[in-house]
Order: sequence, then structure tokens, then C-alpha cells
Amino acid sequence: MKTCLVVDDSVAIRKVARMILENLGFHVTEASDGHEAIAWCRASMPDAILLDWNMPLMSGIDFLRQLRAEPQGGAPKVLFCTVENDLFHINEALKAGADEYIMKPFDGDVISAKFAEVGLI
Amino acid sequence: MTPDDLSLICRIVRARAGYVIDQAKAAMIENRLGPLVRREGFNSLSDLVTAIKTKRDERLVWALADAMLPKDTAFFRDRTPFSQFRDVILPDLEQRLGTQPLRIWSAGCATGEEAYSLALALDEARAGRGGRAIEIVGSDLSDRCIERAAAGIFSQMEVQKGLPIRYLVRHFDRQDEAWHLSASIRQKVQWSRVNLISEISTVGQFDVIFCRYVLGGFDDLMRKQVLSQLAGALNDNGYLIVGRDEAVLDQAVGLSPVWGSSDVYRRDPALRIVA
Ligand SMILES: C[S@@+](CC[C@H](N)C(=O)[O-])C[C@H]1O[C@@H](n2cnc3c(N)ncnc32)[C@H](O)[C@@H]1O
Repeated sequence: MKTCLVVDDSVAIRKVARMILENLGFHVTEASDGHEAIAWCRASMPDAILLDWNMPLMSGIDFLRQLRAEPQGGAPKVLFCTVENDLFHINEALKAGADEYIMKPFDGDVISAKFAEVGLI
Repeated sequence: MTPDDLSLICRIVRARAGYVIDQAKAAMIENRLGPLVRREGFNSLSDLVTAIKTKRDERLVWALADAMLPKDTAFFRDRTPFSQFRDVILPDLEQRLGTQPLRIWSAGCATGEEAYSLALALDEARAGRGGRAIEIVGSDLSDRCIERAAAGIFSQMEVQKGLPIRYLVRHFDRQDEAWHLSASIRQKVQWSRVNLISEISTVGQFDVIFCRYVLGGFDDLMRKQVLSQLAGALNDNGYLIVGRDEAVLDQAVGLSPVWGSSDVYRRDPALRIVA
């Protein structure tokens, strides 16, 4: 079973994302900020990470830069999932090593299209 | 809605677009026509039908047929047909066409995502860099769709259902909550209103025709008629791509499936490619 780590400080978003991803056949774990997410990844690298941008303690972009510097940190497909919807942010994310980018609000079709795009479904 | 009104609506759609609508699906019919009723300033669907019966206003009749047709679409819908196009069909055609122009048709293009996906795929494959002319035509029965397609403006949801992010970054600009496709890609597609159940020879001959999720709405006889017109519009060795599960085997006139696939067909069976 493929694994996906959902990183978002909103419980509600994590819940919706979990539901959609479980329906797509993923085993889902959750983290509420970048620090917690790094800890999860060190314990076990997921196949995919759905990543919010604005979070307390450590932002999504800082998390991503740190992740890509970790051993095996290049492996997970990282999909940003954020309200930031301008080209500047999208380019920043891609430069930092994101594989795809989802602009909130999203629905099940968007999630499945993006996960198909990175080759995970 | 009286059964008579429903039956009139279904007869109009069938006569104008060739589409078979089940008269029993009153709720679906009312749903699809709701926006038209409001746009045209009627109080109810019955009023609109009455106006059609009394005035026989051609514009309104077409608008009704248009509003009844499903328009669902997406960039790179189903993915595979577009990768097959880029990786197999295009190299094959480029090799065989020599310096001749390459002509591609998105027949029943809805709001343009299919035709633009082809334009984006061609751009990425750097097709035409040797100076070969490439023409992409997008056509639909719906004027409203053609207008939207030509504008090349898409909502945030629309650009997230199939369009890879690298294409968004490279070819779109965000303005007022919407995403505008660059002029350089828009210019690659020509738009026209074509009714597939009428004479289509004016659009010319093509090397590739995408006609996806259009044929399913016709009855068997009409589908066969449309297919033979499409086959007639294909150059020798040209490709026809239909939707998933829209196999045209029994009905295909002068077409044969390639790669044992159920959605890619070739004009000349003698030159079938084996993958
Ligand atoms: C479901 S959409 C599919 C769009 C696109 N080909 C795709 O696969 O995403 C079908 C389109 O076919 C068009 N259509 C239906 N009947 C037609 C006809 N008789 N002539 C031309 N277009 C027609 C509809 O207006 C609609 O835009």
C-alpha cells in the first residue's frame, strides 16, 4: 500500500484530505507542522507528501528544503496544497523541489488528477 | 413539464444535434435547461417551450439543443491518449509526412481543453521546429463553447484537473481569479462551429482526429454515419482517437484499431502498426 503524509495545521483540511486519499488507496499519516513532518519522514519516508504552505513553527517551503537535503529525502513525491495561488509561490515551490502544486480549494477530482500526474495512481 | 413539452425538447435535441435524450429523465432535462431559462428571461421552462412553439425562433431552438448537450471535459483527459499522441503518433506522422503540413482536429471540443492539450503537447515535443506547418482545428456545435474556447480563460478548478503544473507555469497567467492561456498557444488553434451530423467536408482533411466523448450520445445509425464522415476526413494512415469505452469496431467504416486498442483507429488497415 502506498503511503501519504498529510502536513497541514488545519484539522479540518487533514480530515478531508485523509478521506480522499484513503479512497484512492493510500495509507495516510498526519502532521500539523514542518517539524513534526520531518520527524515522521526520518522514521519512515512516505511515497507522497501533501504539504500546506503557511504553518506555525516551520512553513511548508522550509520543510521541503530540509526534506530534500535529508538522506532519501529526494524520494517522496511532494505536492503542495495551499491557498497561495500566484505564479511566484508556485515557482518557489518548484525550485525547492515540489513535484506538483494544488491550489485550495480542492476536491477529490483535483487530488486524484494531481496524484496521477506524479505517477502514484 | 408536460410529457408533450418533454417530448418536444427531446425531438429538438435529436434533430439538431443527433443526441438521444431519455424523455423520462425530466429532472435532468430541467436541470440542464435551468441556466438557459434564466439567461433568456423566462419565468419557467414551460414558458421557454411555449415561446419555442409559438415563435419558432431558430436562435432559441439552437440554444436549447446546445444547453442539453453534456460539455464535461478536462485538459489531457485520461492522459494516455495524449502521451500516445506525443510519443507514437506524432513521430510516425512526422516521418511519413515529409515536409507536408500536419493537420489535427478536435471534433466536439467543448470549451477547448482537448485542442489546447494537443497544442501544448506539440509545443513540448517541439514539433514543427523544422519548419513544418501544423494546424489544429477545434470545433463544436455549441457557439457558447467555441467562444469560451477561443478566449482561453479557465477557472482555478479547470486548470487543476489534468494540466501538469509545469504547463501552468510556462503558458498561463493569473488575472482576477482566472488563468489566461498565453497568446502563443492560443494562436495555434483555429476554432469553428461544426455540426458533426451535417456535411463536414468543409473542414478539410486531417492526419489526426480526436473525437472523444462525443459519439456516445448518438444512436447506432447516427454514430455510424458520423464515423464514416470522420473516416472520410482522415488522410490515408491518419488516426482517429475516440473516448475510452467508445469502441467503434462494428461501426467503423474503413477504420481499424491499432495496438489492439479500443480507442485508437487507423484509416488504412493494410498499414496497421503493431506495438
Ligand atoms: C462531453 S464533451 C467532450 C469534450 C472533449 N472532446 C473531451 O473529450 O473532453 C462533448 C462535446 O460534443 C459536442 N457535440 C455534441 N453533439 C455534437 C454534434 N452533433 N456536432 C458537434 N459537436 C457536438 C458537445 O457540444 C460537447 O461540447
